[in-house]
Amino acid sequence: MSAPTTSAPPPAAVTNGAGLAGRPRRRAAGWFILPATALLLVFFCYPLGNIIWRSFTDPSAGLGNYTKLLDDGVSVTVLTRTLVTALIVGACTLVIAYPYAYAMTRVTPRTRNLMTVVVLLPFWTSMMARNFAWYMLEQRGGLIDDAFSAIGIGGVVLLGSVAGVAVAMVQVMLPFAVLPLYSGMEGIDKRLLDAATSLGAPRWRAFARVYLPLSLPAVLSGFTLVFILTLGFYVTPALLGSPQQSLVPQLIATRVTDLLDFGGAGALGTVLLAITLLALFVVSRFANLSSTTEKAVTNE
Amino acid sequence: MSQSDNSSSPGIRIAGVSKVYSGTSRPAVDDVSLDIADGEFITLLGPSGSGKTTMLSMLAGFVSVSGGKIEIDGRDVSRQKPHKRNLGVVFQQYALFPHMTVTKNIAFPLQQRRMSKAQIAAKVGEALKLVHLEEYADRLPSQLSGGQQQRVALARAVVYHPRALLMDEPLGALDRKLRDELQREIARMHRELGMTFIFVTHDQHEALTLSDRIAVFNEGRVEQVGTPSELYERPETLFVAQFLGESTCFRGTVDVSAGVLRCGGFTPRAPRLDARLDGSDGVAVIRPERLELHTDAAAVPAGHNQVRGTVTEIVYVGNHHQVGLRFPDGTSGSAMRLAGRSLPAVPGEEVTVSWDPEHQSIVADPADEPTSGRAAEPLGAPAGT
Amino acid sequence: MSESALKPGVRAGRDGGLGWGLKIVVGLIGLLLIAPTAVVIPMSFSSGTTFQFPPEGWSLRWYESFFTSERWMRSLLTSVQIGLLVAVTATVLGVAVAFGLNRAGFRGRGAIRSLMLAPLIVPSIVVAVAIYGVFLKWQLNGTALGYVVAHTVMALPFVVTVMSTSLAGYDRTLDTAAATLGATAWTTFFRITVPLVAPGVLSGFVFAFVMSLDEVVIALFLQTPDIQTLPVQMYNSITLEIDPTIAAASSLMVVATSIVLLMPQFVRRKRSTS
Repeated sequence: MSAPTTSAPPPAAVTNGAGLAGRPRRRAAGWFILPATALLLVFFCYPLGNIIWRSFTDPSAGLGNYTKLLDDGVSVTVLTRTLVTALIVGACTLVIAYPYAYAMTRVTPRTRNLMTVVVLLPFWTSMMARNFAWYMLEQRGGLIDDAFSAIGIGGVVLLGSVAGVAVAMVQVMLPFAVLPLYSGMEGIDKRLLDAATSLGAPRWRAFARVYLPLSLPAVLSGFTLVFILTLGFYVTPALLGSPQQSLVPQLIATRVTDLLDFGGAGALGTVLLAITLLALFVVSRFANLSSTTEKAVTNE
Repeated sequence: MSQSDNSSSPGIRIAGVSKVYSGTSRPAVDDVSLDIADGEFITLLGPSGSGKTTMLSMLAGFVSVSGGKIEIDGRDVSRQKPHKRNLGVVFQQYALFPHMTVTKNIAFPLQQRRMSKAQIAAKVGEALKLVHLEEYADRLPSQLSGGQQQRVALARAVVYHPRALLMDEPLGALDRKLRDELQREIARMHRELGMTFIFVTHDQHEALTLSDRIAVFNEGRVEQVGTPSELYERPETLFVAQFLGESTCFRGTVDVSAGVLRCGGFTPRAPRLDARLDGSDGVAVIRPERLELHTDAAAVPAGHNQVRGTVTEIVYVGNHHQVGLRFPDGTSGSAMRLAGRSLPAVPGEEVTVSWDPEHQSIVADPADEPTSGRAAEPLGAPAGT
Repeated sequence: MSESALKPGVRAGRDGGLGWGLKIVVGLIGLLLIAPTAVVIPMSFSSGTTFQFPPEGWSLRWYESFFTSERWMRSLLTSVQIGLLVAVTATVLGVAVAFGLNRAGFRGRGAIRSLMLAPLIVPSIVVAVAIYGVFLKWQLNGTALGYVVAHTVMALPFVVTVMSTSLAGYDRTLDTAAATLGATAWTTFFRITVPLVAPGVLSGFVFAFVMSLDEVVIALFLQTPDIQTLPVQMYNSITLEIDPTIAAASSLMVVATSIVLLMPQFVRRKRSTS
């Protein structure tokens, strides 16, 4: 309610800062953004631009790095694997997050607080601790292997496979899906379900015809968020995956650290960035992603 | 289908219904019984938290019944799912499906009833005509004003000819002018459709204007059920007297044998006293338009109760003057003078106040009420009915 | 008004809100969220040298190992130092930006806002490699300055968002009211604005600190044998010389970050109850 829902406020918002004593300070306020903007330009935008530039010039000018991606017999496979993994992780995360977020909108405030903490703690607590935990769980003789052995299925060792990476990523990504879903669902008037049932629709049909369509923008932005983040995730595949089944981030890292091939890494990175921007562009036509991201981050 | 034996009489029957929400001890609705006749316009009136909305939610099936039962045409529906009850519900905040056009909203209940496309189109057209919104058929709810949205909600709730129409403060979100307009519209729809209307509101004007009967809710119980004039003229409890309209309340002890209420300084005569009240604390309730003001005590009509009082203020309210009074026992009261008639006094002056005992009600004095009389609403008391 | 409206949610529907099926599903999802992180805690008290779960015996030897290892302690110290510097820098810069965006009316506010959020959206591996590339040239690799600058870039989105939300909820008429009551702009700022936005600033500070404390990808690229942050040391420990000391480190991280993160909540609660 109080969260900013539009990234570009209506013109009226510009003048409401004026107030009584506002005018002289208004120009000064503009200077407030300078230091941070400068920092981002020098240490974020320039490096990004530089790596993109190098993808076209290093070692020689032209599209060599990009044609190599097509020919080297690895990049295309890895890229496809990454996209498929991201799609699967996105879909699984959303399916799991949906009932949780829905439940959050229907419980008492006290329970909701508890549920929020349960989501936010893994969101913020150590990424390394979580990856290490999955490392333990997925290894040979780990809890998952044991559990499957107990029901007669032996040798379920997820460590070192894309499946193992995906399972861990779904868990790591859950908060990123739950929070935008919740903030979207919170905006849906729950009486619409009552209205639909009073009009003769059984509960499930009321849900399918009224609630589900209304929650789709939130689903879409949650999915996109998870998809994008999964594309660029390095630590989980690096620790839980294997070089034989690597994902794009691993490939980029290897090119840089082992081969110092900034041009090739830059080309891969540029492709990743392009896919990200494309996904953002597509989803921005249906949902306000920047506001859901903001809400997800601040839990508003 | 209504064979006329006692149990299957047509209408909606609420029999000893209670509701206790989990985690609370005080019932939200406490042993409420109410028979609603076919085609009746009944209003559940009460302050917020009085249980009227919970009662409506139980009728609609959104909230389960903790005790008692609800019957529709002699059938117990207490355990029935909302979508099987065939009732129409209008919500305060409209509850229109934001992703469907006006037409699709109104068609929704018909689709649930598996009607053919042609039938649906015809019925939607009729319903739109009923609420005068034909040219808005393809708009989305967000493109309509509040009043128009509520009309769509009305159309959607009646298009399938439900057994009854339940309305939860349907005018609460609208401004005054629109509210008056929609009130008339609802009254017209009631006449034209001949459907049972169950209306929830906290607004006494709305209740008095629209209803055939009113059930006054307070703290989960029904205080009194009756026609608007019965409730206004013959309140049975102090709560009803004070919630509906304004009144002057003299407190005292009931003396049935003498036929009077013994107040501090005077003893107004009270005909037709309830014998059960004898010896207990009672309150004489008189509506402002029943109080007469005289500068000359001799002018008091024979048989009137009378007491001296001081005029504290005179407020001009357009069609009448409201005269604030204070009596020697500390009671404050108010009288009404139609505009155009001369005022007998100015603030600060003493006058003789009189009234016909027939127009006064004696009700039990609930012990926990504060002792000073309070006016339920400061301005614009209804002109009675 | 809402008091008397037909209430959904807690009140309506099927009364208690959730059916049993949904309750069980929600419980399982909650478990999925919490449990994997929680297993590191019993693991850290293991007496064995393997990651057998549940451990066969209990001991504090891995905590001893953590606190007596020079390498672990140095990385912890490095992380805390960098984290605090990042928190201060990002909070100062981010709060200024949020005020600027909220109070000033200039063209391009939308662009600035997007710029501030961009580090969250651009794939982290791409950011890491890009920064690594230029830092090699600028010789910022393995320097405290390099870490602080890179982490500040990553922390800014959090601070700006938290502060923007906090300022969006700030009623500007309060400033006007203070002015009509005779307060100067400075008095208004310090007596009215600062106390009201302080919780947002605190949250921003905490988020920035935790973000830096937790960041691995960029830190992996910037590391040198001389300077490593705690997450990098953890990463190396898993890939190189795995022993349960990392379980102790993980548990400490989980507990410490949880406490730090819940702190603003408690401060806020205290405020609202006092």
